[in-house]
Amino acid sequence: MLYEYDGSVEIARPTCVVFPTNTAEVVSLVEIAKRHQTPIVGRGAGTGLSGGALARKGGIIIGFSRMNRILDVDAENQRAIVQPGVVNSDLSAAVAHLGLHFAPDPSSQKACTIGGNVSENSGGPHTLAYGVTANHVHALQVVLPTGELVRLGSAAPDPIGYDLTGLFVGSEGTLGLVTEITVKLTRLPESVKTLLAIFDAVDDATESVVDITARGITPAACEMLDGWTIRAVEAYIHAGFPTDSAAVLLIDVDGLQEAAEAQAIAVAEVCKAHRAREVRIARDSRERDLLWKGRKNAFGAVGRLSPTYYVQDGVIPRTKLPATLRRIDEIGKRHGFEIGNIFHAGDGNLHPIILFDARSAEQFQRAVAASDEIIQFCIEMGGSITGEHGVGMEKDRLMPLLFSETDFALMRRVRDAYNPAGLLNPAKIIPAGKSCGEIHARPQPTGSTSHA
Amino acid sequence: MTVGAQTVAARLADLVGVSNVITDPAQLTPYEVDLKRPSAAVRPGTSDEVARVVQFAAAEKLAVIPTGARTKLDIGLPPVRYHLALDLTRLDRIAAYDPGDLTLSVEAGCPVCRVQAALAEYGQFLPLAVPFFERATIGGAIASGVDSPLRHGFGTARDFVLGIDFVTGDGTASKSGGRVVKNVTGYDLHKLMISSFGSLAVITKVNFRTYPRPIESRGFIAQFPTGGAAFEMRRLIALSPLRPITLDIFSPRVGAMLSSDVAAKLTRTHTAPVPLSNDLWSLTAGFAGNDAVRARCESELTRMARESGASEVAVLADQLSHAWNRKREFVPIALASFPAATILKISTVPNRLGNALDLAARAAESSGLTWLAMARGVGVLYFVMFPPESEDSAASPGAEWRIRAVTAARKISHDVQGLGGNFSIPWCPTEWKPALAEWIWGPASPDFAQMQKLKTVFDPLGILSPGRYVGGL
Repeated sequence: MLYEYDGSVEIARPTCVVFPTNTAEVVSLVEIAKRHQTPIVGRGAGTGLSGGALARKGGIIIGFSRMNRILDVDAENQRAIVQPGVVNSDLSAAVAHLGLHFAPDPSSQKACTIGGNVSENSGGPHTLAYGVTANHVHALQVVLPTGELVRLGSAAPDPIGYDLTGLFVGSEGTLGLVTEITVKLTRLPESVKTLLAIFDAVDDATESVVDITARGITPAACEMLDGWTIRAVEAYIHAGFPTDSAAVLLIDVDGLQEAAEAQAIAVAEVCKAHRAREVRIARDSRERDLLWKGRKNAFGAVGRLSPTYYVQDGVIPRTKLPATLRRIDEIGKRHGFEIGNIFHAGDGNLHPIILFDARSAEQFQRAVAASDEIIQFCIEMGGSITGEHGVGMEKDRLMPLLFSETDFALMRRVRDAYNPAGLLNPAKIIPAGKSCGEIHARPQPTGSTSHA
Repeated sequence: MTVGAQTVAARLADLVGVSNVITDPAQLTPYEVDLKRPSAAVRPGTSDEVARVVQFAAAEKLAVIPTGARTKLDIGLPPVRYHLALDLTRLDRIAAYDPGDLTLSVEAGCPVCRVQAALAEYGQFLPLAVPFFERATIGGAIASGVDSPLRHGFGTARDFVLGIDFVTGDGTASKSGGRVVKNVTGYDLHKLMISSFGSLAVITKVNFRTYPRPIESRGFIAQFPTGGAAFEMRRLIALSPLRPITLDIFSPRVGAMLSSDVAAKLTRTHTAPVPLSNDLWSLTAGFAGNDAVRARCESELTRMARESGASEVAVLADQLSHAWNRKREFVPIALASFPAATILKISTVPNRLGNALDLAARAAESSGLTWLAMARGVGVLYFVMFPPESEDSAASPGAEWRIRAVTAARKISHDVQGLGGNFSIPWCPTEWKPALAEWIWGPASPDFAQMQKLKTVFDPLGILSPGRYVGGL
């Protein structure tokens, strides 16, 4: 059933799924779970890809899809209060006429919910200039697993005391169930220029990214698709990416018209200096939307090629991009996989896609092994195991690569302070201890539109 | 059970070397917090040494206050216990700087200005134009969460700190976050360190994202006969596509204060008149970009100033750094200028800032206090109130003025709560703290119980800055 999946390679079966319509019902559900000592897991659209919204230990899944109202928009102060089930792009659409938007824009934004974004501290292509979800949340209303209803943070800046909002955002639903979110709305830029730089060599594309940063240019977004991904996308979307190229960079620059124009010229110069075959600038919003449609639906396109694929979320320092991409290629060849690369190049957040046949247990094991090698390399480069999808149940076994047992002990104490009985989203983020090297579930058929 | 002072010193000397333990009372004076002197100050040189010192303190139940350059130790409630000053200024290395990746890792005791100088060599900066700039350390800037004019364009530390290494109250070294710009691995415990005033853990190292320096920047000043007009201009800017990097409004009386000899001495700049009239309200904004962007900003800001009723408009280029430094040092200059000053920090959603200032001004005036203020465009107000200068306030501030300040603070705190805002009193004469204690961190926060849980996790024995933070945490 659907709620066993979240687009990751994990599966877990809940006892039941409940759809509350208001905060009081959430409190009642938590009380019931408490009484029966049953695990409880919050879920938005289930697009997280890391198993964060799966009921690893069974129990009740609370689906927030019916708590999907925008409760208040304060345009002048650029704030909105929303329920957790509001779909990310619906909020931006609802405030567009006011010249505002909600800046975090995961590629799954047409499906993913703001509650889910808060749980995972989601990013997106425009994170490069605008930051992740945590940078856009002022306050939260949260139901704690003890049944207490609390308000954290304030609509006004600099709330007094510890930054509980900052702690709860990105806690992957292990500290509380978020029932209301006060978000920051961002003014839409006056001008956006979208560039498509086309390269005959992957190295030239990655070197361009390094050089753009080195020259002090901060694009609003800087995405890369390699040749393999481009061909998959073109077969599906016809976004206009040249299928004979080795890589493209999709770059947004924005701001005042005068700034965006100058930046577009500067970015184009850098790409040409690195042997870009061609740099196209979208002439209008229609062209721009088409290019971005290609990017945001890339995972859907990949899903058409193979029923199962494994996506990683590693992060590396940007200057290590060329070396890392070369290494990924080498790892893929050694394990006999085609690995596609489509990712947030500007902030070094990789999404290597490994296609494999789910019917073969041996292939699955090799896919995981290849993926682990990639992650290991990211860490050696000074990076991290997840940039925006969260640890969930998929990457907790990798956490010891970054953190010590003492670090986990502290994290556990923080979790236990709010989630003392461990009923809320159990067995996530922090490794259970001992050996936990295997992935428990079989991979699932993919094919949804929900992705990075 | 605690050991005698001599034994403590000897044990600390074992941990960090005898030359890094201070017990001479005269030398301990600078480490006083709210007139309370520690029995020793200890200067560890590595994070391992920090951990060992805290372990020792935990074993002996000694109360520890972490310090950097000691520029902001006035903030907070008086410590209920204070045995050890943990001086972090020997941890002053830039651990790693990767200009190509725009990332930086710095030890807590490194002065902010030294970091900025190192970044400037590569055309980069950290948006930490914090007060006490010449002395403040990275650890102090983060632990106090003190804000800077650049927050308008770049946000606060929570937006550009990538990770923190710290030592918890039981002496355990731990860390959170990392050194890449995007990272959702584990709980964001580093966010808790920001503005925790040394009550959760001792910060030993901070990882930042850095920023390329703007091509070129300018300062814009518009002056208005009324505060309402200045706040109206703020509103117009917020609704426009302009993205100023700073935006602060100053009340009358600030002009003279920032032009004074005291200000010149503090900012080590020549006494040139800061171009703010002493009788008018001023909106100051910084903007950056290429020639075309700057020209556009200048013309649009000028138009908005006129529409809002500005009487004077000026653009600063040559004097910018000079004026800018004084804007940055508003609080230190106010403290040096008015010894009996009580400085309130009030925050509201941006369009209620003018209301907050009005009600604060009314309360101060009805208590017979003079006031001046700086309001940041994002919704933060620093409200300085002090006895009229005819009252010879340079002398020890009298009980009568204390009572008046308490009356005003109580009223303002209450009214700010009505506006949905936050209130605190970061600075007041030390002797007044017991009388003002109830308001120093503002009204009790509804999420206080959740904060207490964290304090118990991070500092189970309650030895870190005990009693100093919100609600005596």
